[in-house]
Amino acid sequence: MYVAVKGGERAIANAHALLAKEGRGDPALSPLNPAAVAGQLGVLVARVMTEGSLYDPELAARAIVQAQGDVLEAVTLIRSYRTTLPRFGYTLPVDTARLPPQRRISATFKDLPGGQQLGATFDYTHRLFTDRDTAGPASAPDGGGPPDEGMPRVSDLLGASALIEPDQALDGDPEPGDLTREPAVFPMTRAERLQSLARGDEGFLLALGYSTQRGYGNNHPFAGEIRVGEVDVEIEIPELGYPVPVGRVELTECQMVNQFSGSADTPAQFTRGYGLAFGRSERKAMSMSLVDRSLRAGELGERAAAPAQDEEFVISHSDNVQATGFVEHLKLPHYVDFQAELGLVRRLNAEFRERAEGASGRHDGAEEA
Amino acid sequence: MTSQALPAGHSGEADAAWRQWARALALAGPGVLDAAWREWEPKPEVQAIRGPEAGLVMMRARTDGGGARFNLGEATVTRATVRLHGGPLTADAMGTAYVLGTDTAHALHAAIFQGLLADETQRERVLTEIITPLEREQAARDAGRQADAQSTRVDFFSVAREHE
Repeated sequence: MYVAVKGGERAIANAHALLAKEGRGDPALSPLNPAAVAGQLGVLVARVMTEGSLYDPELAARAIVQAQGDVLEAVTLIRSYRTTLPRFGYTLPVDTARLPPQRRISATFKDLPGGQQLGATFDYTHRLFTDRDTAGPASAPDGGGPPDEGMPRVSDLLGASALIEPDQALDGDPEPGDLTREPAVFPMTRAERLQSLARGDEGFLLALGYSTQRGYGNNHPFAGEIRVGEVDVEIEIPELGYPVPVGRVELTECQMVNQFSGSADTPAQFTRGYGLAFGRSERKAMSMSLVDRSLRAGELGERAAAPAQDEEFVISHSDNVQATGFVEHLKLPHYVDFQAELGLVRRLNAEFRERAEGASGRHDGAEEA
Repeated sequence: MTSQALPAGHSGEADAAWRQWARALALAGPGVLDAAWREWEPKPEVQAIRGPEAGLVMMRARTDGGGARFNLGEATVTRATVRLHGGPLTADAMGTAYVLGTDTAHALHAAIFQGLLADETQRERVLTEIITPLEREQAARDAGRQADAQSTRVDFFSVAREHE
């Protein structure tokens, strides 16, 4: 039970003033400009948008500055802000295969149609500090024209020969459940699970994905394809009667391909896990696809014994706003709560002492006899 | 008479054109449409019918890229509907725009140019002075990004276990 407290207004106001002062840093330096944050800390902005479940780089950058770089605090700001806005509708499903991606790699196929493109990546860097003032190495354009054959999804290439499971379409393309509108009920559909994982904490999903690789629900994954690029967003507008493009968003997509030995009614084939996140969020998309696959254990008739295969455990603990709210509320005044427990412990201690004294009394008596 | 942003009995072809124009207006950089409207003469009167107001759209994607739909997360979007009358217009015209983000001026000005596009006498001028330059700029930006991306194309050579 939580009992409210009163008082402390002045102290609280001063604490907030002090927080702002700490956040300002050296007053001789110019304050952080959110637009510069959006441009120069793009990966952090992507994380705040993804876990805040709201695509808006400008707002995410503002949240990061206000939260003094605390990702969860920034995510909470974004989540609170979204509750103040009306919902205008839904977009058409984004088509990640349509626009030429900036980055597109496959760890499974060396020579895939459309070729591989590293894009803007930290891969293959030396992970050493560079000179402070260099903008980075010069680039040497290769002059090659755009690929003629387009960049089909890797899953569609193997899919043709049925060695990889096809896209999981459902009859009649039903409306997916929406966790922002209805409470989570277990077991979830895969669509609901993906929505939940999409805004789940990157660190938590990374750890769970890692656990599956280390043998806790082993599913032997390969990165079938990773894409980063901008997709057009179109929304269905009732008064116009046709979908209208409203802008573009940058997304990271990961198709994880996993070994599957088959079951009584399915031949051996590769199964899939899917990850999709806002902005440049490759680690998140990869972790999400690993966990999406491990949570399909029940559907694929696998023995589910590892934490990453337990849907209720994973989904209930992946939201970092919920998690931090419950953990951090412990620091708020719990005086009445604690007083009650203190009284209980005192009484139990007194009873324990009485029992101990009584027992030693009997013992002394026996000696005398 | 009010000419709708979308004439009744529209064809698929007309839809495609409207979508393309909406796309160009939505992708305009910050401040571009504001400046264009400031310099636009003669101006019709603009009456705000709805907004500009910020809201949300739930972005959808497909499981595995091409399977069942799921809700990925929301995006901010700003919408505006205006009625234009007087000035160079032959009749009142309506314009509606939806633009990602919370830039209310962007949505308002996109709606105004949508309204001008709905007027037969203004359409050519909007296409020449606004839409075409926007499309050219966006194509150049895309081409630049694509060239950057293509400079990172890679051929990996396996050293062992090839075609085993």
